[in-house]
Amino acid sequence: MLDLYKHHRRECIAFIVLFALLSLYIATHPRGASTYVMTIWANQCLILALAAMAQFFVVLVRGIDLSVGAIMALSNCVASYVLVGSGIDLFYGSIAVVLTGTLCGALNGLIVVYGRIQPIIVTLATGSVFIGIALLLRPTPGGTINYDFADAMTLDIAGIPTAVIICAVLLIGFWIPLRRSGLGRAFYAIGSSEQAAFQSGISVNTVRIFAFAMGGTFAGLAGSYFSYVTATGDAGIAANFTLNSIAAVVLGGVALSGGVGSLVGALLGACILKTISSLMFFSGLPPLAQPLIEGVVLAGAIAIGSSEVLRMKNRLQVFDR
Amino acid sequence: MPPTHTGSSRLKTNTTPLVRLENVTKRYGATVAVSNVDFACHSREIHAVLGENGAGKSTLMKLLSGVIQPTEGKLYIDETPVVLSSPRKAIDLGLICMFQELSLVPDLSVKENLLLGGKGSAYGFSRQTDRQLARTLLDQIDGHNIKLSTRVSELSLAERQQVEIAKALSRKPRLLILDEATSALNASVVEKVFELIRVQRDSGTGILFISHRFHEIEAIADKISVFRNGAHIDTFANGEHDYPAIINKMVGQTLTELFPSLPPLSAAAKTVLNIDSLSWNSIVNDISLTMREGEILGLGGLDGQGQSSVMQALFGLLKGTTGQVAINGTGDLPTSPKSAKSLQTGLAWVPEDRKAEGLILDQSIVENMELAALGHASNPDSTVFSDLMQALDLKYRSLDQPVSDLSGGNQQKVALIKWLVISPKCLLLSDPTRGIDVKTKTQIYGLLKTLSESGMAVILLSSDYEELIHLCHKVHIFYDGTVVESLSGESLNAQNIIAASLNMHQSAAPAHA
Amino acid sequence: MSNTATARFYSAEFFEAAFPYVATVLMILGASTFFPEFLSANYLLQQMQIAAFLGVIALGATIVILLGHIDLSVPWVLGGAAIISTAMAGSDNAILIALAVPAALAFGALVGVVNGIGVAWFRIPSMVWTLAVNSMLLGVAVLNTGGFNPKGEASPLMVTMASGKIAQIPMAFVIWMALALILFVFLKRGGYGRYLSSIGFNEKATYLSGVSTLRVIFSAFMIAGACSALGGVLLAGYANQAYQSMGDPYLMPTIAAVVIGGTSILGGKGTLAGTIGGVAFITLLSSILSVMQISEAWRNIIFGCIIITMLLLQTLRRKRV
Repeated sequence: MLDLYKHHRRECIAFIVLFALLSLYIATHPRGASTYVMTIWANQCLILALAAMAQFFVVLVRGIDLSVGAIMALSNCVASYVLVGSGIDLFYGSIAVVLTGTLCGALNGLIVVYGRIQPIIVTLATGSVFIGIALLLRPTPGGTINYDFADAMTLDIAGIPTAVIICAVLLIGFWIPLRRSGLGRAFYAIGSSEQAAFQSGISVNTVRIFAFAMGGTFAGLAGSYFSYVTATGDAGIAANFTLNSIAAVVLGGVALSGGVGSLVGALLGACILKTISSLMFFSGLPPLAQPLIEGVVLAGAIAIGSSEVLRMKNRLQVFDR
Repeated sequence: MPPTHTGSSRLKTNTTPLVRLENVTKRYGATVAVSNVDFACHSREIHAVLGENGAGKSTLMKLLSGVIQPTEGKLYIDETPVVLSSPRKAIDLGLICMFQELSLVPDLSVKENLLLGGKGSAYGFSRQTDRQLARTLLDQIDGHNIKLSTRVSELSLAERQQVEIAKALSRKPRLLILDEATSALNASVVEKVFELIRVQRDSGTGILFISHRFHEIEAIADKISVFRNGAHIDTFANGEHDYPAIINKMVGQTLTELFPSLPPLSAAAKTVLNIDSLSWNSIVNDISLTMREGEILGLGGLDGQGQSSVMQALFGLLKGTTGQVAINGTGDLPTSPKSAKSLQTGLAWVPEDRKAEGLILDQSIVENMELAALGHASNPDSTVFSDLMQALDLKYRSLDQPVSDLSGGNQQKVALIKWLVISPKCLLLSDPTRGIDVKTKTQIYGLLKTLSESGMAVILLSSDYEELIHLCHKVHIFYDGTVVESLSGESLNAQNIIAASLNMHQSAAPAHA
Repeated sequence: MSNTATARFYSAEFFEAAFPYVATVLMILGASTFFPEFLSANYLLQQMQIAAFLGVIALGATIVILLGHIDLSVPWVLGGAAIISTAMAGSDNAILIALAVPAALAFGALVGVVNGIGVAWFRIPSMVWTLAVNSMLLGVAVLNTGGFNPKGEASPLMVTMASGKIAQIPMAFVIWMALALILFVFLKRGGYGRYLSSIGFNEKATYLSGVSTLRVIFSAFMIAGACSALGGVLLAGYANQAYQSMGDPYLMPTIAAVVIGGTSILGGKGTLAGTIGGVAFITLLSSILSVMQISEAWRNIIFGCIIITMLLLQTLRRKRV
């Protein structure tokens, strides 16, 4: 048990922080710990969490994805066309939306690997392209989603918000098996030491493209969940989500240099960010001061997370990571 | 340790080589790493490869493990031509390499590293049997203390080498390649590793073994090959030639004298460094020593006993030290490398890891040589640089070429020149000849003699006890953060150094210099 | 020792920096076959003025990127500087009006110090910390202006700086070139440029060579902050006021300009001259797309595709070397 804590120290701290914030939120919210409140909270969190998970896969292999928001916007716009009708149409439609994300991510990966260009600048450019395509689809926000379907995804099942169930399924059914598989190990290996991974026989290029594609898929999932929550297609949502996804993964203990962190961390970081926003909203603090307080809290959290550096007794140690 | 020649009877090997290189050449741009190499290894044989750094041994290993491909020439496995396009291909064909620069991923656990890239694990899940095999192998080489769930980043270098060996063996190799596989391991672990290797050989595996430690090669090898300057010079049975003859093959000439004679210390020499009861973080415990102009002081002992921390403390890298220190008249330890190199304090440090700490590989020779001197009060002009380059016999094509192009020996020369141009009063050297070819070592030893004669004080931290014996006026042996023994003159010999390193000396009085 | 300097002039570095200039010229010539007015002196002079706004910011960004870091606080340093200078210039106090521009620049440098604290002392990845600082500045601005357009106006000096002319040449362009020259000299003398490059390649080895890396990092961020502030002052002078989110459209083009100019996003390699070329390229590209009345959707797509093409060409060129 102690080992678990030692190896996942940052996630444990993030969890405790989230728990504290959530308790505070429920305590201050006028409607308290009701299914309604929790569902709204969970829905908002899941959108950002999925975006953060998308960012996680790219950051894990020592990259950064500045197109997360753009892929979300594009998938969102695709959804506003395709998630109509019923039954089998919805099924294919959902796949189409997520697949949009996967294709975008794969494109990012291909350009990074075969173009030998740094991810930050590739995703900057592709993000622009994706937004452009999204604007082609929806020059102004519009379109609709099948309301029943959207409701099913965003309400609750037996009192538990569907968003929470979706999360649990992702973690237990997807993340834990992936983490134990060779592919999961390969992701971490490439991020931690590409040379070691290569010498161990891992096909670095293929795995890296896979990581980007995985990131794109989650961005597509984020975009589709966004459509369920807002029921329209909007190309303008991108920038906010991209930057917040980076903040979320960092808060969740994922290292921007790669090889360190977990999907759980990305999830927790996103929830912490969202809970802080929600707390602000209901806290009674002057609305004009809220962005500043959010910014200060974010900065403070990041600084505290790095404060161990100040206590290092060997000045050379600060250079390792 | 007497060489075991149990292998020599096996020299009547199967005539079909397991792996064969035919007329292989590898070029990097204008540099030729290996040229026209014909080389073969057989199964059931331990084949050692000897050569200085730059001889082509590492290139040979990389060719055989698929990390690089030949520019010209062909590779044959069981006499079938193959192209080893990637490490994956080589591993699949049974050529398993244990790399000098380890192939372990720091952020994954031991277990995960052992499974990395293994057969059938690409996108699938690990099996119980894999874990058990890994555990068994680790235990066989004294790795009981290494828990499978530990992160590799938390292991010591010796433990990492043990994990790397277990990883290589678990892949069931046909040809096992060990590139400096035992450099950090102590004698008893090395013996267990050798036992495992002999078992592998007897069951049909071919072994390729690179080491700089000649006594290890003597102990384990059936056959020895010598490389020099990228060419395969000779292959012969272990025992056929003696040590001087082998050195001759490696260097191409008889070495008359590796070590220059040590100039005696002048009685009038001033004290340059005075440390009294220095302690830090329980890693350095109550160290006291003094040093005079022209003195070469050695720091010895096993890795990690505090001697490198003392160097770091002197260079201003440690916070929270206690004790009195006087350096060249200043009354305190410097607080940063910048203050350490100031004219007044006059220190310079050439770190052990020249690729990551001593030099900036992407920058040119000129840029590296000037970095410490920029803005320094000593303000050296270009003649200082050119004189030193000549004195050290620096070999280069153009001063603008990146330092990464140079051989290890020349890189180290650049690292030394960088600090010598600011005319330090005291030079700190950490393992300056690690991984350096014999010829450059001789030049560096000659340089140390010249520096000592000119009055510069030198602290030499070395893991090579021959260096400590022949180059130093006095040697302090560290154990557990304290100086357990100070040796000089008659008492400065191999037995005493080794005994003190293992803290086997009976002396009760603390060693003050 | 430096007769090799001449050899270096014709080296790879020169071609890297020349690349964007060549591309810009080709682009203008190509576009002028459709719209001859692209070659008119009027148009080109106007572009020189517009380019200067992006240009001064990009110069500061180059210095930080050479270090291996990145400054994402550009948008709200720019905005903040615009707000401060217009507020002071719009007051009735003659002293405040006179101090408007210096105060704005000092503000930029001060933010640079804050950036330096997080990056150099706390060792927080610059991407994350400067993002957090940006959020805080946004918060301060919202608190201050109540979400409306800030009140104030540009001082006569600011207007001249942004829109004045010296013998037909836009004043803004002159300021840009003067800044470039000052920075160029500053980098060459005393080894500052060498320190930047060395830290960018290997901070640990540079520190161990006795370089005061803290001082270099702090000063680099301060310079970048002051440059972003100067950009804000110019923009405010151009628009005669500060307006909400005026800095947002400048961040991504800044990074793109620096990278297209041949500076490596990882640090160590790069030139100010290349950045100037990159700015010219980006400015002309945006302008041509806008004059040709291409829809926002297509502008985004074309912009992204062209950036990727430029980067791929860079990779091809480097491979041939």
